[in-house]
Amino acid sequence: MDALFLSRIQFAVTTLFHILFPALTIGLSVYLVVVEFLWLRKKEEIYYRMYRFWVKIFAINFAVGVVSGVVLEFEFGTNFSRFSQTVSNVFAPLLAFEGMTAFFLEAGFLSIMLFGWTRVPRGVHFLATCLVAFGSILSAFWILGANSWMQTPAGFRLVNGKFMITGFWEAVLNPSLPVRMSHMTTAAFETSVLVVAGVSAYYLLKGKHVDLARRSMSIALIMAALFVPLQIFFGDASGREVFYRQPAKLAAIEAHWETNTDRGAPFVVVALPDMKGERNLFEIAVPDVLSLLVTHSFNGQVRGLKEFPRGDRPNVFILFWAFRGMVAIGFILLLVMVWAAVLWRKGRLFQNRPFLWTLLIVHPLGFLATELGWITTEVGRQPWLVYSLLRTSEGVSPIPAGNVLWSLALFLIVLPLIGMSYFYYILKTLDRGPDMTSPLPPVQRLAGMRSLDSIKDPKEGT
Amino acid sequence: MDLVTLWASLVALVIILYVVLDGFSLGIALLFRTAENEEERDLLMNSIAPVWDANQTWLVFGGGALFAVFPMVYGVFFSALYIPLLTFVFGLIFRGVAFEFRVNAVRKGIWNKAFFWGSLVAVVAQGLTLGGVISGTKVSEGQFAGDPLDWLNPFTVTLSLALLAGYILLGSTYLIIKTTGAVQQRAYRQAFRSGWVVLGFQIIVTIWTPLHYPSVWANWFSSPRIYFIWTFPILGLVAFYALLKTLKRRREVWPFLCSVGFFLAGYLGLASSLYPYAIPPNITFQEAAAQRETMLITLWGAMIVLPMVLAYVIYSYSIFRGKVGNEGYHA
Repeated sequence: MDALFLSRIQFAVTTLFHILFPALTIGLSVYLVVVEFLWLRKKEEIYYRMYRFWVKIFAINFAVGVVSGVVLEFEFGTNFSRFSQTVSNVFAPLLAFEGMTAFFLEAGFLSIMLFGWTRVPRGVHFLATCLVAFGSILSAFWILGANSWMQTPAGFRLVNGKFMITGFWEAVLNPSLPVRMSHMTTAAFETSVLVVAGVSAYYLLKGKHVDLARRSMSIALIMAALFVPLQIFFGDASGREVFYRQPAKLAAIEAHWETNTDRGAPFVVVALPDMKGERNLFEIAVPDVLSLLVTHSFNGQVRGLKEFPRGDRPNVFILFWAFRGMVAIGFILLLVMVWAAVLWRKGRLFQNRPFLWTLLIVHPLGFLATELGWITTEVGRQPWLVYSLLRTSEGVSPIPAGNVLWSLALFLIVLPLIGMSYFYYILKTLDRGPDMTSPLPPVQRLAGMRSLDSIKDPKEGT
Repeated sequence: MDLVTLWASLVALVIILYVVLDGFSLGIALLFRTAENEEERDLLMNSIAPVWDANQTWLVFGGGALFAVFPMVYGVFFSALYIPLLTFVFGLIFRGVAFEFRVNAVRKGIWNKAFFWGSLVAVVAQGLTLGGVISGTKVSEGQFAGDPLDWLNPFTVTLSLALLAGYILLGSTYLIIKTTGAVQQRAYRQAFRSGWVVLGFQIIVTIWTPLHYPSVWANWFSSPRIYFIWTFPILGLVAFYALLKTLKRRREVWPFLCSVGFFLAGYLGLASSLYPYAIPPNITFQEAAAQRETMLITLWGAMIVLPMVLAYVIYSYSIFRGKVGNEGYHA
């Protein structure tokens, strides 16, 4: 075990841990914007109660997201300093801008969102919620910009092995950014509304907090009905993007070894890929379907893995199965949405116990799909850090393996500890349920500032 | 001023902003053990709950900016100081989650400990990092070329003790602003004592630095530093004197400002002793700088965004100004 291998494991462990939290932060912040908007608009107390309840989950989640995210920024330097110094001119401004534009926005307005109820007018509070949501999406934009640049680099030229920037926006808005950004933010929305729906289903099954659970679930399911099909569309677009720009990755995802010449490439449904033997030990395949999926024609050519040198191939087994897991989840959720639509037509959405149980069971699947998606895209980028330009082995820091062994061991103790505590306090918060009795926040005005309330409801003005 | 010097000053500004802002947050955590009961601990925590995350963000931004404009500094130091820097991160993890977990816990003991020990570890690791930077780093072909424990020496350990005292001073003087009654009275005493300890450390470090790091001595007594380097110890002494006076007169805001001045004196003294070296003892900021275009792009971004950031961070502070009650922000 050398520093390179251990650093890769450590980065994988810390990112896979971290991404769970931003996924919920991004989606839940948008959900909270919707709920607070409804409260200001309809002036029904229940929406305020919903906000206060879901924001508790949001706050716990945000804290773990912040602390686990700082780790990653450090690891670029501690574990991959050669990479950092080689690509910094193009890559690092994105991280600097993330801090500048997104993190400050989130940190500055989160406190108003959590603690500002009695201190700012309702309109300012709503603005704070919107800005936190905007900040979290902006953060995703910069990070996906940076990660997409590693997948499909643009806006640079190589001078003596160093990346020099030639166009900032060309680098940020690199070819795979639009589809990967859409895919990830939709994943975050989908994951989060599923959590809301699952928790609400649990309350309905228990017959607790029924009013809050019904409304929470309605909003969540409406949003999910939009995001779930949309995600399948973005997933497909993402797959074709990979086909055009990272053909070795696509071939590995599909366990596709031989380039098809005069007929369509088969779609391998299940297989046991054998990387040494360059074949599948066992497979069930449907003729022509892979060509259809990625080229939208029955006999389009799809390059097989054998076309790429052995040293340039990613791990087929991991990619094949991670990808299939993600896709399967996408379609399971689609079926659940169809069921929801049928029940909604019959007016039995909140009474059908098998459906509520299903929602409860499937609600963590969004997280799993997000993890599998990141495993697919990152393992698929191997053996490169910057696709086809800089190898992972060329990026590691000049440090002894012992350093990384020490920190990795600590992460393997600390992260599960934090994760379990997080889970415990989330469950406790859910168990305690919403607070339905505390007084509503007073309507406040800032001196010299017309609040949104007074614009909407002149009767309430002082 | 050329681009590199401008960015070096900006990075220096971000670092001192971080040191002062997260310094008082960490300092209050270091005083956590002196709180006598759960209500007082609530009070201490509530005094920083709305601001700690924004305070810590200066670190994240500073790290990102360093990566973008002085990539060699970022790469070399983060490899060389692997152990103190990741220790720092582990400390921050426990300190950060304690804010949210403690509020939700019935038995708060475990998160009280996580908050205190996490912060203590973070501060000690910060001191070791700073000491490691000053002690000098082996570089070859733009990469770290030393051993993993090169940063560890008596000077480094002394600096981390000094930083502990310094953050306690910042924390206690900030508590004076935010609290009343028994907690405030105790904060006055804590500020008074830690002030003297910090003075002691400032004197030790000022004498020790040129001995530990010989070129500093030559730097001090040659042009142009000889003309201004002596102003920093004087600024420090003036700030210290004003700190004692304002503490005795039970002023509320001045002691904090004096502690900041005291910190600033030490920081500026150190920074101007090391300049123009970004990675002591040999690599200058010019040598460690990024491509010109990258520095320009990030500079433009910073010029547009940072004033807005400052404006709303100050706005956020102003919303939570005044004495903190122990009603608990989460309730």
